[in-house]
Amino acid sequence: MTSAVRFKNVCRHFGAIRAVDGLNLEIAPGEFFALLGPSGSGKTTSLRLIAGFERPTAGHIEIFGERADAIPPYRRNVNTVFQDYALFPHLSVLENVAYGLKMKGVAKKQRLARAEELLELVQLPGYGDRSPAKLSGGQRQRVALARALVNEPKVLLLDEPLGALDLKLREQMQEELKSLQKRLAITFVFVTHDQGEALSMADRIAVFNEGKIMQVGTPEEIYRAPRSRFVADFVGSSNVLPPDLVERLTGTRAWASLRPEAVRLVSRGGHSATLVSSSFLGAQRRAVFDFDGFQITALLAADAKLPEPGKTARLAWGESDLHLMEDEPVDGPEGAA
Amino acid sequence: MRSDPNARAPLGLKLAAAAGLLFMHVPILLIFVYAFTTEEKSYQWPPPGFTLRWLEVTWNRVDVWQALWLSVQVATVATLLAMLLGTLCAAAVSRTRFFGRETISLLVILPIALPGIITGIALRSAFSLADIPFSFWTIVLGHATFCIVVVYNNAVARFRRTAGNLIEASMDLGADGFQTLRHVIMPNIGTALLAGGMLAFALSFDEVIVTTFTAGQQQTLPIWMLEELVRPRERPVTNVVAMVVVLVTFLPILGAYYLTRGGDSPAAAEK
Repeated sequence: MTSAVRFKNVCRHFGAIRAVDGLNLEIAPGEFFALLGPSGSGKTTSLRLIAGFERPTAGHIEIFGERADAIPPYRRNVNTVFQDYALFPHLSVLENVAYGLKMKGVAKKQRLARAEELLELVQLPGYGDRSPAKLSGGQRQRVALARALVNEPKVLLLDEPLGALDLKLREQMQEELKSLQKRLAITFVFVTHDQGEALSMADRIAVFNEGKIMQVGTPEEIYRAPRSRFVADFVGSSNVLPPDLVERLTGTRAWASLRPEAVRLVSRGGHSATLVSSSFLGAQRRAVFDFDGFQITALLAADAKLPEPGKTARLAWGESDLHLMEDEPVDGPEGAA
Repeated sequence: MRSDPNARAPLGLKLAAAAGLLFMHVPILLIFVYAFTTEEKSYQWPPPGFTLRWLEVTWNRVDVWQALWLSVQVATVATLLAMLLGTLCAAAVSRTRFFGRETISLLVILPIALPGIITGIALRSAFSLADIPFSFWTIVLGHATFCIVVVYNNAVARFRRTAGNLIEASMDLGADGFQTLRHVIMPNIGTALLAGGMLAFALSFDEVIVTTFTAGQQQTLPIWMLEELVRPRERPVTNVVAMVVVLVTFLPILGAYYLTRGGDSPAAAEK
């Protein structure tokens, strides 16, 4: 099967800065795919490479099997929802949505009717006459979505689409985007720095760091089996245990990750650790222990029986919860990037 | 921090403000009054009588019409030239980063900071050096040096406010470069350009200093007025012309002011 988007050894360097460095990636048709990473990790540049706003300095990109190198943005069957929406301030909402059809030369009556349909799709029927300036952030986001979908793209690119919305609206839009994607069966590629958003929405995730992909996988794979310290640390807040400690615990010299929610309190057996501090989070309680000179964070039930700070408790976790990673087992702070 | 907008100003401050405004505008009113006086040799106050005769006299003076026509032509061509070059320059400076960008920005603005007499002398010696005869076109070039600045300043501010991603959004939705220019860029910078053009026109229309150095035998309207002051013949004609100049330059400036008022410009409204 042809990939919807395929990166083949793609590099995009800006002078000495390697924004994207030797990227290989295949995104399947109909997938909801997240590019996740901290700012400056190359995820947005990758999205812009698909849109055509950037050209690769090396390698190439295929969109549905077709090499995209020579195709300018306005001839790619790919549309973008911009981070700050980029709605045209001099056009009404309806004209904004109809813009793509106007450029294609669709007659006025048809394109306005179609734009109205799309406004209904994003649950803004009757908003067509307003000016984008008069809309709330969430409404602008929907208009931007409708505008990007009007040309029926094969791939929809979303650049931090929910970044500017407040928490409640963001959760609601996550649901809506997800169900919209299911209904339209269009490939969605979205950029985010929010690991929670990536985990809850995407079918698959590519974790970026310093222009390279650290790991590609389903949310569960990424979360349960991070391949490197970077991924373990960036996706969820994992305890990263150094090789020395892991060697003592398992006999294998390697870095390991241990998810806070995998740590349990036991009355006997397990490992002895000193409680440093704890805080109440509502549904859960987060406790930080000193274990052999290393800090281990545990997410416990809210009613967990914790000792006084400074006293010892016994911690346990399942053998498979201690996930060994592929990093070079070098000790010390310089290895702890 | 802003002070309370409802607070009343003390009487002294009000008087000072009124005096300042009067000082600026009463002399202009005097010009208007003298355009209707019956006394033609000297400016006598109060005017011995009022007449509309000078309007007719001015209307029939061929030299006035020639000077006016030349001024309109010069201002129009200089403004068009400035709109083209100023906009392109503003686009380059605001849309891309390149070595020496700040320097170019400064060099473009410099002519308006320089005293006109220096611009004038510099241009005159440059034209002589290059053996360019003084003509209509040398006046236009002289005026364009400062007209470009106004257009540039207006356009660069608007370009900065027109988010660069509007252009990307347009491209993304299938518009090529020309369509983007027509449907996105022009509507967003249009009013700024028009305002810049109007200011440039007004500046050019009443320019004296640079013109004296770059004109040959031609007389633009302000130059004509200057010469006329020396000759005490039908003096009120000059006042009638002055009135016309005030109107012709004031209206575009007023228009430019309304077009660029901060809040309701389209690009600013979205933020």
